[in-house]
Amino acid sequence: METFAHRHLLDIEGLTRSEVERILDTAKAFFEVSRRPVRKVPTLRGKTVINLFYESSTRTRTSFELAGKRLSADVINMNISASSVSKGETLQDTCRTLAAMHPDVVVIRHWAAGAPNYVASRIDCSVINAGDGMHAHPTQALLDAFTIRRHRGTLENLVVTICGDVAHSRVARSNANLLKLFGCEVRVVGPRTLLPAAVDSLGVRVYDRLDEALEGADVVMVLRIQSERLEGALLPSLREYARTFGIGAKAMALAKPDAIVMHPGPMNRGVEIESEVADSDRSVVLSQVESGVAVRMALLYLLAGEATESPAIGEVG
Amino acid sequence: MLTQPTPSIPLILRGGRVLDPSSGLDETADVVIEAGRIRAVGRDAGAAFSSNENVRVVDVQGSWVCPGFVDLHVHLREPGEEYKEDIASGLSAAAAGGFVAVCPMPNTHPINDNRAITEMIVTRAQELGGTRLLPFGAVTKGQKGAELTEMADLREAGAIGVSDDGLCVMNAAVMRHAMEYARTFDLLVSQHCEDHHLTKGAQMHEGARSTRLGLRGWPRAAEDIIVARDLILAELTGARYHVAHISSLGAVRLIREAKSRGLRVSAEVTPHHLLFTDEALLNYDTYCKVNPPLREAEDREALLEALADGTIDCIATDHAPHSDLEKDCEFETAAVGINGLETAIASLLQLVRDEVIKPLRFVEALSAAPGRLIPDFEGGSLREGRRADVTVIDPDLRWILTEEALRSKSHNTPLLGRELTGRPSMTVVGGAVAYELERS
Repeated sequence: METFAHRHLLDIEGLTRSEVERILDTAKAFFEVSRRPVRKVPTLRGKTVINLFYESSTRTRTSFELAGKRLSADVINMNISASSVSKGETLQDTCRTLAAMHPDVVVIRHWAAGAPNYVASRIDCSVINAGDGMHAHPTQALLDAFTIRRHRGTLENLVVTICGDVAHSRVARSNANLLKLFGCEVRVVGPRTLLPAAVDSLGVRVYDRLDEALEGADVVMVLRIQSERLEGALLPSLREYARTFGIGAKAMALAKPDAIVMHPGPMNRGVEIESEVADSDRSVVLSQVESGVAVRMALLYLLAGEATESPAIGEVG
Repeated sequence: MLTQPTPSIPLILRGGRVLDPSSGLDETADVVIEAGRIRAVGRDAGAAFSSNENVRVVDVQGSWVCPGFVDLHVHLREPGEEYKEDIASGLSAAAAGGFVAVCPMPNTHPINDNRAITEMIVTRAQELGGTRLLPFGAVTKGQKGAELTEMADLREAGAIGVSDDGLCVMNAAVMRHAMEYARTFDLLVSQHCEDHHLTKGAQMHEGARSTRLGLRGWPRAAEDIIVARDLILAELTGARYHVAHISSLGAVRLIREAKSRGLRVSAEVTPHHLLFTDEALLNYDTYCKVNPPLREAEDREALLEALADGTIDCIATDHAPHSDLEKDCEFETAAVGINGLETAIASLLQLVRDEVIKPLRFVEALSAAPGRLIPDFEGGSLREGRRADVTVIDPDLRWILTEEALRSKSHNTPLLGRELTGRPSMTVVGGAVAYELERS
């Protein structure tokens, strides 16, 4: 079998369409493992995966942990809270410490954009970005793609509407990058205070009105609204947000009849999404969680199962 | 006051290309320096002195002989952060960079907002000799933007201007009174133009690249708003107002308009804003993290044009030394600033070779133009009788910028490891040789 051409997964940028397809196809093979009575294969026996989490995260960390364990890797979780950062170990020292433990893969979630790139340049192992600041969340984009393909049969030429806080969302950036590879029309909609600068540069269509943005959509991706956005004059109230951009049954009626609704979680019911949608048969939120384990198993396998010296995914210049 | 030792032996710089913007001179000539002054400039002017045994003759054929360079914006970190730089290492770096005078900003620890600190750093520099130190004091006590500093005291102690450096004076009434009060004592008022409300958490220029990198943006508007407001206040108060490290095309437009109406305003630009754009950040290179941020190609083009036509008066390095610990980390944690004193000339000569800036204008932007903004400045010219502040550049010398090549205590520059062409080879301050390049 042909080796995977990257050592790290730092970003969707830098992945080709066929590489994405390879990851998704590999995930498909692993998907079934999680539904077996004995949910474990020996693929990564003797390999060490360190989950290095600088931000609290339940689902992503759990998903990576399960993925590693189901592949028989030794998985260690390091949760570095904000308080121990303020006590002063630098990322440089943390990298040195980790390197001395000889991991095969470091999975990093960090509040600072670019921190995974930093770690990848300083530890001699594969690095997977599990979300860095507002920059990228490539495994989320891949699991979303897997979920879409599973429910819609294809990723090609779909209309995907991303709703809400695009400005602060690494999920939106990575999804837009991935979906463009498959010719999708990516739309973003939300109050202008929650759209990033030069939003057009993401290659997306920008809408001010939810009804127009949802018309004819195959996929509706709902982003989480953080209540801290009320500070800094970005939103007047969650009430007004829910009323203007929240996704309820009425809004979904504008999308295609077989459109699906996605949410990276955790959901704020009654704010960005109504329970009538979140719990409907159009919602694939739990399928996303299940896909997440399979996609992360595929990535661990591709990166740690066959380590190469090739350039990282998402390394620029 | 201590004075620099003035050598009595005449110094003849023979056969160089003499570039003196104050007289428009650009020709091969000798420059004769005696008793701390320019004694004579002209073809074979040195011949009359060369017969004297007690004279030093330096062959500078192929080199440029310029009025001494002046840097209106540096950070020497003393007192308080001597692990990054101190006055001795900073002035040594300045001399090696071709600068006869540098103007440190007041953001030391403690802040230079009073006579005692100003006197301390001025005295320290005089003890060291060589490159002169002409400090900025703070505009407001503690750089807090509220109460004015004792500017008469600061001026008497040696301050040439006032600035709150990285903390823009946000309150318009305070800024108005600062301008009025500074005008009384002929102090230049230099402003770091940043509306801090618009730049909370900002890491880089706001635009397509900040969106791509997921870093919080610093919009041009934050700079332009303060420049516009301050120009209105400069007109109201008649103060000598100076825009520090201008970076946006909008600010350039505003300065151009104000100058066209005869306002006493000026601006400086850094080498890094002239040479780089935010494209340099695409791999989260912390050495390119700087405030104001590197902007886009259209800004850079506007800055180059404005420097060439004089809308921007001068080049200043904003020399901002930082230790490895402050740069070898997450981009968002990294300190802002680029080490610039020893790379400015070498890196900017590329613009001259590319004919973006004419040699005389280049020299003016580094010597006479900043000199004009400093009260009672005696250098900035090679005319006979002027103080002998002279910078000699070897424009063709190729060298590699290594950590060892730098006299600064820090080496936070994106140029590290690059081959550069051109380098200052001699710096003469008040007739005394403050730096001379050792040729291998």
